[in-house]
Amino acid sequence: MAPEVRGASLVALAEGVAAKKWKSRDLVEAYLDRIARLDKKIGSFLLVDGEGARRAADAIDKKIVAGEAVGQLGGVPIGLKDIYVTRGLETTAGSKILKGFIPPYESTASARLAAAGAIRLGKLNMDEFAMGSSNENSAFGPVHNPWDLERVPGGSSGGSAAAVAASLCAGTLGTDTGGSIRQPASLCGVVGVKPTYGRVSRYGVIAFASSLDHPGPFGRTVEDAAALLEVIAGHDPMDSTSIPQPAGRYRQASKAGLTGLRLGVPKEYFQSGMDPEVEAAVRKALDELGRAGATLVPVSLPHTQYAIATYYLICMAEASSNLARYDGVRYGHRTAEAGSLEELYAKTRGEGFGAEPKRRIVLGTYVLRAGYYEAYYGKALRVRRLIANDFAAAFAQCDVLVTPTSPTPAFKLGERAADPLQMYLADIYTVAPPLAGVPALSQCCGFTKSGLPIGLQTIGPTLGEETVFRLAGAYEARTQWHQRLPEDPS
Amino acid sequence: MPRINSQEVREIAALARLRLEEAEITRLTHELDDILGYIETVKGVDTASVLPMTHAVPFDCPMRPDEPGQSLTLNEALQNAPRRRENMFEVPRIVPGTGGA
Repeated sequence: MAPEVRGASLVALAEGVAAKKWKSRDLVEAYLDRIARLDKKIGSFLLVDGEGARRAADAIDKKIVAGEAVGQLGGVPIGLKDIYVTRGLETTAGSKILKGFIPPYESTASARLAAAGAIRLGKLNMDEFAMGSSNENSAFGPVHNPWDLERVPGGSSGGSAAAVAASLCAGTLGTDTGGSIRQPASLCGVVGVKPTYGRVSRYGVIAFASSLDHPGPFGRTVEDAAALLEVIAGHDPMDSTSIPQPAGRYRQASKAGLTGLRLGVPKEYFQSGMDPEVEAAVRKALDELGRAGATLVPVSLPHTQYAIATYYLICMAEASSNLARYDGVRYGHRTAEAGSLEELYAKTRGEGFGAEPKRRIVLGTYVLRAGYYEAYYGKALRVRRLIANDFAAAFAQCDVLVTPTSPTPAFKLGERAADPLQMYLADIYTVAPPLAGVPALSQCCGFTKSGLPIGLQTIGPTLGEETVFRLAGAYEARTQWHQRLPEDPS
Repeated sequence: MPRINSQEVREIAALARLRLEEAEITRLTHELDDILGYIETVKGVDTASVLPMTHAVPFDCPMRPDEPGQSLTLNEALQNAPRRRENMFEVPRIVPGTGGA
């Protein structure tokens, strides 16, 4: 007998499988049924692997009957952003240039989820190569926000956020380079975590900007996200930037309470440009945290105003170099006719890439050009250090920072698509943590009058995930925002 | 004065091996000028005594023993090739000569 999966927490579903209250197969059927009925309107899945999921679920159920261990996430259906390569299952990164690509290997994070017993339902929609803040840059169509189908879910992990919000799977993985987990989590009212750089392996995660790419989880609750992170975090010899220390005990931390925590409130994150309803909700959350026993400390991150420019300089430079591999020779799209190798490359890439990757390739190539390198890219790397130093100085005065995640709630599809610079400027609160590599989480802290979720961001010091989870778990325990669900689209 | 013109965009696209339509060049020239105008704000920061930061978390480049291990089979490595000939990726002729495509 399947439980009601709408609004269900991943942790509760896993416990029910282990306790033989329901079968993994029942959960898979319940989610597949929801996807079949509802995802035409939302567009979060690019690929649903029903047969593979049923097979994996039956294997888990057999083990349960036989009394064998099934792992921490045994039997729970999850989804993967289509940037995680999956052996034998098409992986596109939201791009036409990778249409039909069947990876011969598996990403470390998805392999760890499978080893922990999670069931992969399919691959989730995203902005092409994770470049975007609205999911409108997907080559395979936009994702609609479950709270209002005329609005964007955020990006680039828009499918991952929307699928959790709409209860189309129990949890998902996304990636965050400048906010691509936290901003869609904020716009869809779910929990999204960008861990410390190097905490989760990048092996098998299609590269956008390698020094900034952070794989991480989405969950309905803070504990759900913690449970996923515990499984995917940890050292991986296949990623040379992987951190050697073992993963923390994030689930335990999410229930430890926040007594004694000093919360830094950076003044630069509460300036003009913020939607008044967002500001009111975040200030109310700060009051609530104060009443819960935390001490609020005003702090300053003085280089915040340079974060977006620094971020875009670095990510475009790295993207232009990472995307050089798509040349029509080894995988992906190849132009029909080319007389020379040069023409093969140029035509293949011109046909295969969408507008945003093209914009970033050209800008990235421009700032890396001989003569311009030091003025742009070199400068950005120096300012990046100043931004990281700001965080280090702030964390000498407090344990964790609390800020808004996005200056506005979800905006309408098409509203910002014509102006790339305006789209970039909306990343103001999310770009600095990846530059510094520090962990950050977004969770729901209220709704606008028109019913759109508002996100609260918690930022911790390097490897301070447990502190972040302490604060987020304590906030969630004192509020009911995470229990509110969007109506199923009819 | 614009920071970038369409001729420069054409040159950069050629460096990046990226064919663009005329309409794309016109639009990109406009957008890049806008974006460059914004990102130039970093030029105002004093970084005279600041070292570049290439990675957020310092790490020593790890070394592993140079031993043969399991790798992709030939067929796995070639299975996604849009054009394959025998055990090779096929590309247009690079050097002049006789035979072949």
